[in-house]
Amino acid sequence: MRDEIIPSDHGQHPPPVTPIYKTSVFRGPRMPLLSLNGSLSELTGPRFGHGAMGALDNDLYRNFQHGGEPIGERIIVHGRVLDGNAKPVAGALVEFWQANASGRYRHVNDRFEAPVDPNFGGCGRTVTDDEGRYHFRTVKPGAYPYRNGIGDWRPSHIHFSVFGTAFAQRLITQMYFEGDPLIPHDSILNTIPDAAARTRLVAKLDLAAQVPQHTLAYRWDIVLRGHRSTLFENRLEGN
Amino acid sequence: MFTPDSLGRLPETPSQTAGPYVHIGLIPRQAGFEIFADDVGAAPLPPGEPGERIRVEGRVLDATGALVRDALVEMWQAKADGSHGLFFRTGTSFETGLWSFDTVRPGAVPARGGAAPMAPHLCLWLAARGLNRGMHTRLYFGDREEANAADPVLRFIEQPNRRATLVAARTERDGVPVFTMDIRLAGDGETVFLDV
Ligand SMILES: [Fe+2]
Repeated sequence: MRDEIIPSDHGQHPPPVTPIYKTSVFRGPRMPLLSLNGSLSELTGPRFGHGAMGALDNDLYRNFQHGGEPIGERIIVHGRVLDGNAKPVAGALVEFWQANASGRYRHVNDRFEAPVDPNFGGCGRTVTDDEGRYHFRTVKPGAYPYRNGIGDWRPSHIHFSVFGTAFAQRLITQMYFEGDPLIPHDSILNTIPDAAARTRLVAKLDLAAQVPQHTLAYRWDIVLRGHRSTLFENRLEGN
Repeated sequence: MFTPDSLGRLPETPSQTAGPYVHIGLIPRQAGFEIFADDVGAAPLPPGEPGERIRVEGRVLDATGALVRDALVEMWQAKADGSHGLFFRTGTSFETGLWSFDTVRPGAVPARGGAAPMAPHLCLWLAARGLNRGMHTRLYFGDREEANAADPVLRFIEQPNRRATLVAARTERDGVPVFTMDIRLAGDGETVFLDV
């Protein structure tokens, strides 16, 4: 049997129905989740090697250039993927996507009146090293309005998707930027009831990691659920 | 960057919705462009993969019964011999709201604590605009009634009528078994979602 995963701490996450984010009322499940305590089906998960990544997959500044450079403030985003026991998660697939510097996504459904940047795709991916570290280069995404409350704007943010070693650890979330004045007004971030939990989605300016005279840097760590050490074998029947 | 507590633990990073543009990052071809040599989870089943070829498909519906046409759907499953595993990723169609996977029927997977094996199943994970967290659920096969009746997870569902939300009906198309299961995020017939 694989090591089990520590049960999710639901208080860290948004509940399924959060009226300040209207679409969640249409789509958020109402029934309680069925607690499974993990079987092999969820304690295993797909693994992705470094070899599956292209050379520019973690460089959004260069991975969609068409005869020019993307417009915007160049940044490096870096950090570690850890588990709930503060151990690094090596070999974790980290994927990211974002709007361009003017707040527009390269997506058939994005109708925001801001230009698509011909040299910016807006997505990338990488696999963490043995110490759980990841990094990528991009341009800082712009804020954009969205249809929720009248006058709602999203702060600058980057979407993240992470695979740990177990499918149970699967996570999608968003990273924000320290000092953004839109953060306290964001209906999406405010779906998370716990204020301390919200601050853990905010990347910190990391001047020491900059490329001097060229690129600023931000640091953000991601924490997945940890493995539970098996002190006594649990012989309960079922799943 | 974060400091462990006195027990050496770190709190989980909170989830946030995948939003309407999840396709850009995870299935960019559906967003309308090519950027990676191979999109994760998009490769077809290897031709030599042992097992019975099947198709699984369905729709995703919201609390009002409307189609959810911008959802990400991931699937993790055992191979035909019960070992793990195979991974696929797709999105519900912007036009029809349908998701589908062409795969092999999985074998039985051992259950916890030496109990009888679980009935063959597929693990599904959904993320979408309006979902504040990714949702885990399962698909069981409607033509395996006996195994399903003994399955420890299905049996854990208190209301017998809710068990049916995880069982896909079998039909056949061009000689291939097709298993259909709609996922109802909320409202009448809400799918059973799992805390795994
Ligand atoms: Fe966004």
